[in-house]
Parts: sequence; C-alpha cells; structure tokens
Amino acid sequence: MTRYIVRRLLWGALLLVLVSALTFVLFRVLPTGDPARLRAGRSASPKVIAAIRVDLGLNRSLPEQFWLYMKGIFLHFNLGYSYYSSASVRSLIADRLPATISLTLGAAAIWLAAGLAVGIVSAVRRRSKLDRAAMGTALVLISAPEYWLGLIALYLFATDIGRLRILPGAGSYVGLTSDPGKWLTSLILPWLVLAATNAAVYARLIRGSLIEVMGEDYIRTARAKGLSERRVVLRHGLRSAINPVMTILGLDIGVLLGGAVLVETVFEIPGIGRLNYDAITHSDFPIVQGTVLVAALFIIVANIVVDVAYAYMDPRVRVS
Amino acid sequence: MSDEPLLRVEDLRVEFPTEDGVVHALDGVSYELRAGATLGIVGESGSGKTVLSLTTMGLTRGLRARISGSIGLEGRDLLALSERQMQAVRGNDIAMIFQDPMSSLHPLFRIGDQLAEAVRAHRKASRGEARARAVALLEMAALPDPERQALSYPHELSGGMRQRAMIAMALANEPKLLIADEPTTALDVTVQAQILALLSRLQRELGMAMVIITHDLAVVAEVAQEIAVMYAGRIVESAPAGQIFSQPEHPYTWGLLQSIPTLEGSRSERLVPIAGAPPSLIDRPSGCHFHPRCPYAKPDHARIDPPLEAVVGEPGHRVACLLAADERRRIWTGMR
Amino acid sequence: MSAGQPLVSVRDLVKSFPGRRGLLLARSAAAVTAVDGVSFDVMRGETLGLVGETGCGKSTTARLIMRLLEPSAGGVRFDGRDIGALRGAQLKALRREMQMIFQDPYSSLNPRKTVGAIVAEPFAIHGLLRDRAARRRRVQELLETVGMSPEHHNRYPHEFSGGQRQRIGIARALALEPRLLIADEPVSALDVSVQAQVLNLLRDLQSRLGLTLLFISHDLSVIRYMCDRIAVMRTGRIVELADNEQLYRAPRDAYTRQLLASVPGARAGYGRRING
Repeated sequence: MTRYIVRRLLWGALLLVLVSALTFVLFRVLPTGDPARLRAGRSASPKVIAAIRVDLGLNRSLPEQFWLYMKGIFLHFNLGYSYYSSASVRSLIADRLPATISLTLGAAAIWLAAGLAVGIVSAVRRRSKLDRAAMGTALVLISAPEYWLGLIALYLFATDIGRLRILPGAGSYVGLTSDPGKWLTSLILPWLVLAATNAAVYARLIRGSLIEVMGEDYIRTARAKGLSERRVVLRHGLRSAINPVMTILGLDIGVLLGGAVLVETVFEIPGIGRLNYDAITHSDFPIVQGTVLVAALFIIVANIVVDVAYAYMDPRVRVS
Repeated sequence: MSDEPLLRVEDLRVEFPTEDGVVHALDGVSYELRAGATLGIVGESGSGKTVLSLTTMGLTRGLRARISGSIGLEGRDLLALSERQMQAVRGNDIAMIFQDPMSSLHPLFRIGDQLAEAVRAHRKASRGEARARAVALLEMAALPDPERQALSYPHELSGGMRQRAMIAMALANEPKLLIADEPTTALDVTVQAQILALLSRLQRELGMAMVIITHDLAVVAEVAQEIAVMYAGRIVESAPAGQIFSQPEHPYTWGLLQSIPTLEGSRSERLVPIAGAPPSLIDRPSGCHFHPRCPYAKPDHARIDPPLEAVVGEPGHRVACLLAADERRRIWTGMR
Repeated sequence: MSAGQPLVSVRDLVKSFPGRRGLLLARSAAAVTAVDGVSFDVMRGETLGLVGETGCGKSTTARLIMRLLEPSAGGVRFDGRDIGALRGAQLKALRREMQMIFQDPYSSLNPRKTVGAIVAEPFAIHGLLRDRAARRRRVQELLETVGMSPEHHNRYPHEFSGGQRQRIGIARALALEPRLLIADEPVSALDVSVQAQVLNLLRDLQSRLGLTLLFISHDLSVIRYMCDRIAVMRTGRIVELADNEQLYRAPRDAYTRQLLASVPGARAGYGRRING
C-alpha cells in the first residue's frame, strides 16, 4: 500500500513539473506579443516595462528563463507579480482561496448527501412514480445553467431584491473568521445552486451504480443469510456502489477548487474563479498564469487522493 | 426422529412476467425430504432447478413472481410467512450456497467479517464472540490457518478455499437444511472431490438435510440418496439413487444416461444425443413438455399433462410419463 | 510426407509472461510461466487430448501451436516446417491449415453478422472463392455438413441455441478445409443433453474429412470419449502422455491417478452402473 502511495506521489510531482513547463510555453513562448508589455497591463510606462523585462530575465536565453521560472515556482512559490493589481499573484490567490474552499466543500457536502438520499431511494424503488419524478427533476437540474439557477435563486430569496427576503443576496460574503453567522447565511444560496446540478448528477450516478450492484451474486448471498433488506442495501449494496462515486467526487472537488466561476460571479463571492475571470477581462497575464498553475495543482492532488482512496476502499486494486 | 418429512413441497408453481412473455419457471413441483437425507436435483438450463431452490429460500418474492402451492418446513408453510419471518428462517433454518464463490462473496469485506455477520444475524453475540465463532467455522470447513484466512479478502483465496468459506458461512447457525446450487461446477475436478467430501462429512456431523442441485449426474451419484430429475419446470422422475441408474423410467432420463460420457464408457459405444434443445420456459411445449424431443411420444402426449405417479413395484420411485409402465420397461431393457 | 510423420511437432515449448516491476511504472507482478517445456507430436488423423485443471497451460499451448502467441523458447513444426520462421504470405497460408473452435458459443460469433457472413468470412480474409454465388453455395454446403439447414445463412446468431451456435463455429472453422482442428473446451458451455450432439459431429467430421483434432478439455469423461491419445498437463508440463486405454486403465503418474480418482461418481461406480 505504501509503495502504491509513493508511486502516486512521484507521478504527481512529475506531472506538476510537466504542467509548469507547459504553462511556461503557453504564457511565455507562444504569445506573439512582447511578454513584458503583455504583463505590464494596458497603460504602462516604458520604465515599468523595462523593469518587468529585467524581472522576467527576458534578456537571457530561453533555457535560462525556463530555469529561473521553474526555480521560482518550486523553490520560492513565486507565481509572478501582477502589475495591474500591484500585488504578488501568490498573495492575491491566497486571499481568495478560503472563499473558494468554503464554497466548494460546503456545496460538496450538500450535493453528496442529497444525491445519496435520492439515488438510493430511486434505485430501491426503481420505476416507481417517485423514481421517475426524481430522475425527471434531476434531468431538469442538470440541464439548467448554473448562472440562471443562481439568478433565479437571488430573484426569489435574496434579502435585497428577492420575493421572499430570507437569505443574503449577492456580494454579502464575509470570511469565516470575521463573522461566522454571516459567512454561513451568505453561502447558503450559492451552496444550494452549486449543489443543485451536481446533486442531480450524483443521484443518477448512485442510482445506476446501486442498481447494478444489487444485481450481483453477493447481494443474493447477503439476503440468503437472512439479513434485513435495509442492511443488504445500505451495508452490502452501497459499500460497493459508492466506490465509483467517491472517485468522481474527488475529481469534481479538485476541479471546483480551481474556481467555480459562474456561481462566484453571480453571487459576487471573492474566490479564485472570480479572480481569474477579472484577470482575463483586464488581460492581467500573471494572475491568469498563476491561477492556471494552482488549478492544475488542485486537480493533480485530487487525482492522487482519489487513487489512494480507491485503493483503500477496494482491496482488489491494491494487489497490483 | 419423527416420521414427518423435514421439507414438504406441494404443487409449487412459479411464474415471472417478463418483457418477452410469462416465464413458467415451475409447473407443479412436489417432493419431500426427510431430516438428514440428501436429495439431488438434476436438470439442465431451463429446468427450473434454480428457481426451485430460490423459492424455497423465499428469494423470488421480490421479482413480481406469482407463486402458488406450499413449502412446508417442519409443518410451517414458508410461502405464508411474512418477509420478516422469512428473514429469520434464511441463514438459520435453511441455508444456501451458490455456484460461483468468487462472485457470491462480497469483494470488499473480509471473510471473517462476512461470517461473523451471518452469526450475529440470528443470535445475540458480541463482536468478539462472533469473530471467534467465524474462525471456528473456517476451521470446521478445513481451511488451513483459519485465523489468517478470516482476515483475508475473497480475492486472496483460491477457488476451493472460497467455496469452503461459503460453506462455513452457510453453516454458521447450524441449519436443518442446506441447499447447494451447483456447488462444484466452477471448481477444478480435484477440488470438486474435496468439496463434495466436505459437504458429506459436515452433513453427517450436523445431522443436516441437503439438497444438491446440479446438471452433473455423476455428482449426485456420488452424494445423493435420492435423485429427482427436472425438465422444463417439472419433476419428471424421482427415485433412490441406485434405481435412477439401474432402472430409469423416463425417456429424458434415458436420454441423459445415454448421452453423457463416463470414465468407464468405451469409445466404440457411441453416445446417443437427445435431439433438439431444452425448451424456452416462455413458450413451452403443451402437454408433456418433453414430447418434441421424445422418440417414443404419441400424438396425444401433446395434449395431456403427465402426473407424477408412483412406479408399481418400486417403492420411492415416481415418474411423470404417459407411456405404459410395461412399455417403458421393454424399451429400457432393449437399450441396455 | 509419409503417413507416419506427425502433422504437428512441438519441442521444448516454453511461454512465459513477464512480470512488471518498478516504482514509477505500473504494477509489480511475478512472472508467470504458463508453458514450461512441453514436447509432443500430433499424428495425422488422430485426436490428441490435452487435459488438465485451470492454469495447467493447455489453452496457452493451443495458442502457441496456432501461432496466436509467440513462444519464449522452443518451437512448433507443422508438416515438417518450423512455423516460427514463417512470414507474410507463407504465414497466412499456414493459417488456412489450422483452425480453432472455442468454448463460448455466445461470444465467439459476431452478433452483428448473419450466419452466412460468419461462415463466409474466412474466404473473404484469404481472398478465396471470390465469385459470390460459388461462395454462397459453399457456405450452404458447410452448414449442411454440420447438421444445420442451409436456409439458416440469413439468420443471426442470437436466434440459435448454444449447440447450434457451436455448429456454426465449426462450419466456420471448416471453411478453409484445414488439416488441423483445435477444439478448446468446445462443449463445456453447452447443456449436457446437447454436448453429445457436438461431440458426435466432431467425430464424424474427423473420419469423413480426414481431420487431425487437438481436443482440449478439463472433463476427463469427454476426453475419454473423444481422444486416441491423451496428454495430461499440470503447471505447464506434460506429466503423462499415453493411449486412451492405457491412461484410463493403468495410469502411471500419481497426478493422473489423482485426477481420475477425483472425478465424481468414480467411487460410487456411477459409470459402471449406467453401462451395465
């Protein structure tokens, strides 16, 4: 098992190096403009551009630049400097990270619980009216665009503009440490919106997975042992059915940690997705480059976690 | 020991509606089993043998099956029991082992835990007690190093050991009846012999009745005292084991005996296959289900359902055939 | 070639599947030697049986003879020629001479093709019988040879039972008039009442067409019925090779004796009872 984990970690590290190199190519080598000018922002003085040129080492050879770049990332965690925002990319990202993490993990908890509940009931009562209604609703939610759902939610429930003014509207997010109550209430709508689509997907996933598992021989054996149907489904059935779902959950979280752009924008939550979006509209290269790297990091880590978790949950995988 | 049979199945009929039509899995099956006895049920695909065993365990209830008749276990009609009551019977009074131990054991739980679960399902036992009993059961099933095996996962064991673990699990609560559905089919021949020997020994030690379901006549010859031959949802013949082989009465049984190669058979004696193929249970032949494949069928055999009747002069021997008894005798003697 | 020459000659055949080790690259698995130095001859016109339990290497040996796998060591000669040395057109020509029928009649026929197309496929692959009418006639002939009705060529596999599908597989194997037919557990997946049909068919075809048959099975009773000589395999080696009568009446090897004693019913005298 340890060998397995070590192997995954090594691969992950290698991948991270590759991704960094790729980012270098994408953001330094490929763009046709002058890298310094691109980074300086819209209205920058020649003096600033010259300073950037020195910082980036643009007067040196390409391999040297690459070496400086990699050294910067891996040794100093230097993700660059945003001249437009006058701050290091690293600090900007660190500022925004908690919001994205709060949003992602909260939503994940909700959609997992909801998806499990609906999926299990649907699977057990297959083809009943309940099942069909649930799956139909799931289909609608999967098809609905997130921002549309977000806007509808605000329209209905936001304290400032909504019909039933029960929950804080857009822009009301505060950090957990400053005001836990407000943090919680301001996240409820975004959580629900982000969870809605995903819950639907997971409900269908779990339903499908559980139906398949319930047809297996070992379920028949469990019944033959005289176990209650509830135990058969929840302990024997779910235990097998949950494996593929868990791996997808890990990947989904990994991706979302790179920024849930749409929800963050609609609800004006200061997360990484929003940061990225703003940077793109302002052509703020360094931030975009930084967020890409961070997003890649999260996905790689998520993959590793998922692989290891899968090996933990399915002993057959460990044999290899 | 009372004279009452342990298990009495009467006129059991089971139908399943499916997309392609109604599957008539069992068509009026009746038999008795005394405590401690071994019955072998022989049949091919579509004979209904597996549905028979699953229905006895009450495992066909969920599938929109239409079940009629009665299954009496020590006088109690199992078909009349609620699902809860039936759960108390499964794994307790009646236990079942299945064909493929790899797919029949949960791949993600340790063997010891699965066995302990079987114990705690029917009696009060602490975790520790259940685990100790699990190890004891594995030992009874002759698994080497049972403590270590209890901590293993099913995929870490060989086929034979998995089947032993399944057997141990089924016997956890010392059932009165063990149903073994093709217990050796998925195993190598040397392992088959070990498992059959194990089953016989455990049966004797626990005083258990056993029903062995298989397509393999040789297997029932080895372990069964009484043999029932099934075809298309009916028992077509049942008799003490020796008589099935020395004095079979049903043309299907003759067909089986003549078409299956044996170790003692010589190469020059050609096998005589049964023409055609086992029928679909949705679209069964009318009357005697075997008549399309029977070389001795007469026209009205397509109309009349043959009842399972006693054979005169041979106690315990029943056959469901419309041919006259002396005609059958004549044909069989001619074949030998 | 004189009649006494073997059709197939296997010498010191070895097949190992390497394990993979390494921290970075994938799994570490132990190397498996499926076939560990196997030598035997298959004489023209005979039926040779390969019998053993799972993992003994009988199926791998068959695939090595068909050159579906490359040996790690040793060689196979077909009609005197070393098959390992053949390339291109010669190899393709070799493939016409040996054909295989498989265990599972449900997965060995392409469900999307008609029976006629399945049986005709070997012609298409080897560029033979290009005339459509001639091909169709030959397909119908083949279907009749295996006891199926020629009109069946328009139907699809799922419309047939297991035994009939196995017949279709046999018809396909016979299309190119091979000299060697390898049957890998051809009746194990069939109902018992149907097995005899296919076994008898194979015996009849062999005598009519002068085929040489390599018959693989785990079932000792079936092997007894079908084979002239039998090789008993265990963990990649042949432990005993003998005539049918010799093997079953007076087996020499302890493992062979153990196998024979393990066959169910052996002790109950089952076989003896049926046969009077």
